[in-house]
Amino acid sequence: MSNIPAELKYVESHEWLRKEEDGTITVGITDFAQAALGDVVFIELPEVGAEVEADEDIAVVESVKAASDVYAPIAGKIVAVNEELVDAPEKANEDPYGDAWFFRMEPTDPNVLDGLMTAEDYAAKCE
Amino acid sequence: MGKQTPLYQQHLDANGKIVDFGGWDMPIHYGSQLQEHNVVREDAGMFDVSHMTIVDIAGPEALAYLQKILANDVSKLGFTGKALYTGMLNEEGGVIDDLIVYKMEGWYRTVVNCGTREKDLAWMNKQIEAFDATLTERPELAMVAVQGPNAIEKVKQVRTEQADLISELKVFQGLPVGEWFYARTGYTGEDGLEIIVPAAEVAQFWDALIAAGVAPTGLGARDTLRLEAGMNLYGNDMDDSISPLQAGMGWTIAWEPSDRDFIGRKALEAQKAAGIPSKLVGIVLETRGVMRSHQKVVVDLGDGNQGEGEITSGTFSPTLQHSIAMARVPYDTGSECNIEMRGKLIPARVVKMPFVRNGKKVFE
Repeated sequence: MSNIPAELKYVESHEWLRKEEDGTITVGITDFAQAALGDVVFIELPEVGAEVEADEDIAVVESVKAASDVYAPIAGKIVAVNEELVDAPEKANEDPYGDAWFFRMEPTDPNVLDGLMTAEDYAAKCE
Repeated sequence: MGKQTPLYQQHLDANGKIVDFGGWDMPIHYGSQLQEHNVVREDAGMFDVSHMTIVDIAGPEALAYLQKILANDVSKLGFTGKALYTGMLNEEGGVIDDLIVYKMEGWYRTVVNCGTREKDLAWMNKQIEAFDATLTERPELAMVAVQGPNAIEKVKQVRTEQADLISELKVFQGLPVGEWFYARTGYTGEDGLEIIVPAAEVAQFWDALIAAGVAPTGLGARDTLRLEAGMNLYGNDMDDSISPLQAGMGWTIAWEPSDRDFIGRKALEAQKAAGIPSKLVGIVLETRGVMRSHQKVVVDLGDGNQGEGEITSGTFSPTLQHSIAMARVPYDTGSECNIEMRGKLIPARVVKMPFVRNGKKVFE
């Protein structure tokens, strides 16, 4: 069974989003995504400072099985990336909602999360 | 739902992730492909290979028949149980399948691939008409490969009454005990056994191996292990349109005696005379990224000429911690190449295979 924390928001491309106190949004891949990918062996992250559109492919996850794009779930600016994840890609399998966050964004629309899937919506999609 | 081996329940019990594999429901991994790979390199793992096809050949002309349909020469097998690896070729010299043949007392056992079963049996049945020999498929037999530095010791703990026979097996030798059959062969580059077991007894055997500390290992790790070991996968690295000379299998062609007229011989001789158009090489990418099947390989052929090839099998090597691949490239390819990955050309090196043997890096 997939772990889908109730306090997060989700998008169709299997990324989760969390609003931080400073208004930035942290993004990672879901437990469902990591299980489908299998063991992750390389991760490429976007550049800090990049302005990205929603659905733009900005990161790559290579697993033993395949290379997969990671999409910007919303429009905005990349303000931080998780460099430690690049050195320890297995964390994407071990702790997808914690240590394995991918990047942090400053959203163009501060209320963008309101329109995204809840844990319940996402769970229904993963069935 | 696909076909299931007699170990299907064992795979579910071990939390195996089941995928379709050539019409069979098989475990791709039991949690982590990387961990399963490492267990085989460091200790002992086991694979359910019951989907593979076992065909026994007997009769006064069994030898003559095999000498006709196989590129390697079964008459080289000097003692009972000795095995050889060979291609079975079509008239055009293309590889119908690759297989292992074991010499038994007055008969032969072959193990062919599961994905090619129907065309193999059709071809073998057609060719046997000209010989006084019989061909018997053995679907009632299951098969388990136990591989790794501690594999043989652990099998001996489970099959104590056969420990002496197992200890005496030479590399690439297999011997029957009743309906059981113990062979010191494998597809991982490690020492180990492939054991043929009556289907009704295999679940109990599997459970006993687990109790002895042998880890269930899925088809995902089987693929990374065989690729590190530089072993071809039928359908990826060669097929009906590729000769053994183009697939790194030149060593499996027995040219002598020169009057042995095996199927495909004339085509291979013509290809050698005309110039072999391509070859299978090993490639290593020591930077980031993972090479995958069907990616384009660009090579410099000198004098400003570029040639193109294709990755036939590519993966991340858990032992080496970077990507390795096999590729079919122009025959004159040198030691460098570029791989087209996600729209970019990435420099890589051409190396002599295997990549890994007995747990250690082999290539320069």
